[in-house]
Amino acid sequence: MTEANVQFVDTSRPPDEPSRRIADFKPDLLDTEDHHLCPGCGHPVAWRLLLEVIEELSLEQRAIGVVGHGCYTHIIQTADLDFLQCLHGRAPSAATGVKRVHGDAAVFTLQGDGDLVNEGLQETLHTAARGERITSIMLNNGVFGDTGGHMTSTTVVGQRTKTSIDGRDPAMHGYPIPVADLLCHLDGAAYVARGAVNNAASVARTKKMLKRAFEFQMAGAGFTFLEILTMCPTGWFVPAKDGGDYLASSMEEVYPLGELKAP
Amino acid sequence: MASALMKGGSAMAASAITAGCRFFAGYPMEPFTALLEGFSQQMPAAGGVCINAESEIEGVNMALGASAAGARAATGSCGQGIALMQEAIAEAALNELPLVVFNLARGQQDYFQATRGGGWGDYRTIALAPKDAAEAVEHTQLLFHLADLYRTPVLLYGDYLVSGTYMSVDTSRRDYGPLPAKDWALDGSLGGTRRSRVIWTWRRGKTFDPGPGPDLHWRAVADKYAELELLEMRHEALHTDDAECVVVSFGTTAPFVDYVVEELRADGVRIGSFRPVSLWPFPGPALARATASAKQVLVLELNAGQMIDDVRLSVDDRSKVVPIGRVSQDHSGLKQGDLLSVEAVRERVLAHLDRASAPA
Amino acid sequence: MSSTRGTVVIDVDRCKGCELCIPACPPAVLVMSEQVNHQGFAYPLLKPGCTGCRACHDVCPDYVFSVYRFEREPVTGGAA
Repeated sequence: MTEANVQFVDTSRPPDEPSRRIADFKPDLLDTEDHHLCPGCGHPVAWRLLLEVIEELSLEQRAIGVVGHGCYTHIIQTADLDFLQCLHGRAPSAATGVKRVHGDAAVFTLQGDGDLVNEGLQETLHTAARGERITSIMLNNGVFGDTGGHMTSTTVVGQRTKTSIDGRDPAMHGYPIPVADLLCHLDGAAYVARGAVNNAASVARTKKMLKRAFEFQMAGAGFTFLEILTMCPTGWFVPAKDGGDYLASSMEEVYPLGELKAP
Repeated sequence: MASALMKGGSAMAASAITAGCRFFAGYPMEPFTALLEGFSQQMPAAGGVCINAESEIEGVNMALGASAAGARAATGSCGQGIALMQEAIAEAALNELPLVVFNLARGQQDYFQATRGGGWGDYRTIALAPKDAAEAVEHTQLLFHLADLYRTPVLLYGDYLVSGTYMSVDTSRRDYGPLPAKDWALDGSLGGTRRSRVIWTWRRGKTFDPGPGPDLHWRAVADKYAELELLEMRHEALHTDDAECVVVSFGTTAPFVDYVVEELRADGVRIGSFRPVSLWPFPGPALARATASAKQVLVLELNAGQMIDDVRLSVDDRSKVVPIGRVSQDHSGLKQGDLLSVEAVRERVLAHLDRASAPA
Repeated sequence: MSSTRGTVVIDVDRCKGCELCIPACPPAVLVMSEQVNHQGFAYPLLKPGCTGCRACHDVCPDYVFSVYRFEREPVTGGAA
């Protein structure tokens, strides 16, 4: 069907018919919808879930974010919350300092896989072991996007990146690290879960898990962790429209979704 | 003013807590360990936090986070561990976060590390070098004040003598004057008001409240250090008014030098000593004045020659400046060696005084 | 149409043409345009039959959609 044959609905303005808006373009805490991230990037979807959860749990005036280095860092400018932008990998440590000073704050960290598993694996494991009451969020797209698409410790075998151009080969590049699985073994880690934002069902489940992570933090249960698989079609050398399927076929097998540990 | 006999490490911890420090994180490493133990023992009763961090890097970043949240926070190590912290110290400088760093160093006097730093960008670190545990107690409180006043990392340069000596100290609170409120600190309370805060070395600010950006911000930070350099120089000079020879040293070396200078003065030698109390900003103008009429400026430091660079930059005639120190380690590699004794210092000074010939 | 229970507002110029909304739509009423927006990307067009389920909104990385449900007479006893 070409455009000329189909009667399209006018979507340029709200409907005249009595109706209720059930979803706005963006959460109130997001100052602007504009961002520089690539077509099909999963990070902005994760940003939106984070801000929706903070709003729905009424944590706006208690939330402090500690954000690492990556394409996702831009949220510190566009979100109306207090943020500390910290050194690569060090977010859990800086967040420890923040939470020990403001014990009632909703302290969260936002890091990519490169930031958390490469540079910051030590910080993550120790902060979890100490049971620091923060919510650690990892946006896992299996690639260092911000540096132009390089291999990280979560890049899956076979994944092409600029430093594994023929595909990650265990003989040369070793194996990926499933950090969420490591965290489950630590007594201080109260809640460990994995979500994804490549389809609507996963988005909905991920939002629920994010809410639980914050609720457990505020209840003092211990370290809470949510890994969110996000699309990076640019880093993966796939068209934007194929990013969702590619995530499902390449990453979900290595990083199964769901709650791995809960109080 | 109540004095108590305390081990240096414990005394500095007590002094820091008196100054309001409520967050400390560190990794054990001799001779810094006594300070970590002091905080570990004393912080809980004061309602503060002391974390035995998993490494120096985590310790300094925890302290940086606590500082960003508005607390008086500190960390420390010995020089080898301070080396690991360089990135975070630079980050604190460019974030304009107060951060007190205790270097309880080993035997080599790491002047370069304290004053040049190994981080990135244009920043300086106010560094004070106490001569003993009692002065360290005072410097501890002063450093918390300076850190808050200028929103900068600051360094206390001590060593095993500062950390491990039992001295009579007064850890009561000193008042250095008013400080601005920490309205930049993060507490979450302004979320959703379009007045929320971001602490970021690039200072681009929020989309609803743009910041100056890295160029203007880093230039402003550099300007800040240039201004405070003129305001925060500290030194001590002994018998320099009529001295023909001035011995320059810093930290715990200085009391040994001063002892020898007093002895030689009693023997009629026109000798004096000069001690930078602030390693940075280096009290260059005061050193120039103190050595203006001297024929010799002898520099005694327990390293291969580091502070001597700043001495040469400050005195009117570089040819007066003579290094008389050297690396000196004990057998363990943790402490100063045989050069740090009155006999060795006297011998070094006399050897060079004897070699003094015609005026330069 | 009786199966249309809602609609969306689409901010056409914000779209970057990733097409993730197309397979996300359960009644499959979104199609990409043949024309391009000011950024040079094709963008979604809405055919009749939207249920107001908000799946498109939920998967969109560029916050292109806002979603409405009509306040109509319910066919059974429940609210929309």
